[in-house]
Amino acid sequence: MKPAPFDYVRAESREEVLAQLHEHGDQARIIAGGQSLVPMLNMRLAKPGVLVDVMQVASLSGIEASDAGIRVGAGVRQATLLDWAGRDPRLPLLAKALPWVGHTQTRNRGTVVGSIAHADPSAEQPLCLLTLGGSLQLRHRKKARSIPAAEFFVGMMATARGDTELIESVTFPAAQPGAGYAFGEVARRHGDFAIVACAAVATGEGIRLGVGGVADIPTVRELPLPGASDFDDALNQYAWDLDARDDLHASARYRRELVRRLGRETIEEALRCRN
Amino acid sequence: MPKLSAHLRHTVALTLNGRKVEGLAEPRTLLSDFLRHELGATGTHVGCEHGVCGACTVLIDGVAARSCVIPVQAAVGREVTTLEGLGARQCPGPTQQAFIDCQAAQCGYCLNGMVMTVEALLRRNPHPSEQEVRNELHHNLCRCGTHVEILQAALRAAQLRADSRGAGNLAAEAGECP
Repeated sequence: MKPAPFDYVRAESREEVLAQLHEHGDQARIIAGGQSLVPMLNMRLAKPGVLVDVMQVASLSGIEASDAGIRVGAGVRQATLLDWAGRDPRLPLLAKALPWVGHTQTRNRGTVVGSIAHADPSAEQPLCLLTLGGSLQLRHRKKARSIPAAEFFVGMMATARGDTELIESVTFPAAQPGAGYAFGEVARRHGDFAIVACAAVATGEGIRLGVGGVADIPTVRELPLPGASDFDDALNQYAWDLDARDDLHASARYRRELVRRLGRETIEEALRCRN
Repeated sequence: MPKLSAHLRHTVALTLNGRKVEGLAEPRTLLSDFLRHELGATGTHVGCEHGVCGACTVLIDGVAARSCVIPVQAAVGREVTTLEGLGARQCPGPTQQAFIDCQAAQCGYCLNGMVMTVEALLRRNPHPSEQEVRNELHHNLCRCGTHVEILQAALRAAQLRADSRGAGNLAAEAGECP
């Protein structure tokens, strides 16, 4: 349960990070909070040649609010964003979802961007980014690009990040006036990976329901209002379209039922939260 | 920052329980192993080595963290507090005293994690409810089943800390013997 040997770079600038990624490609791994990566290193599920520590890079450590949304840098710990969202009303979905992420100790170290980069299908932060219609800011030595969350998650723990790209930040759209946001999760224990996680946004235009823990990637879909005659069918269709599988934690049937029940509850909660 | 080679031991400087210390370690060395083997601070225990059991809990800059999933280089320059920093055998700190008073240990393997997690909680919430204590300790595993006594110890620790503050007895809280 000890890692294989790796070189270590405690980067002091973004340029240093990018240079290391450029030089080492898929042999380099970014380490931020390490709460997903280091367990993998300890179990030798990952054996990178170089770890590039981004936590000293000042330009990656901020939360910036602008017209584009709330931009969260690669070095922002989950506890920091949770604290921010408790004081600032512009990220209500994150305020509700982050308490479900791991526990105090993992949130003290783990980063928001790190969890999104890891892209576990049951993870809460990727689901929130997708449901809100957020984006990621990627950069390698030659070029920067912004990619919508909907294009980033491509498969089970697989993303559109290139081997030499750093995720500099993710941007969450700020809460729209009058919209309601809700989050719900069923897990075997609070803080475990979700069996099913639901994130709902209710606006004047309608409902968006994001679901994690079922398919290989988080998904989001627009649905009718719960009172509409086609709501039950639409939600049931969504549950089936996720192609749930039986596994160690839950049966496919149980997951579908959770999507229907937890999905409805989360949507109703979002509607109640509209102001 | 120069690249630290995988196969060499490099200087690691940090503050341990209020004192500046240094040691040598390969980059792959975990903070838990560095504390135990290089610095001789064996209060920190190693259980699962993937962050789920909590036995390895320490404080980093005052907040709880799992040292088994922190490569030692990530702790360079930080203030690390371990069990040893809460008090000495001759004069335990209030949190440790509470665990002794409540006999909240059987094999003792989870004990470091329980004490350090309670300490972290009390530093930010000096008067937690029982449910708040339960929530905080939810992810610290104990296999002997001393949960009831641990819960009692946590609540007693809050009381002892409040008492020692009231008496102005901060030296005892810091673990310094009179």
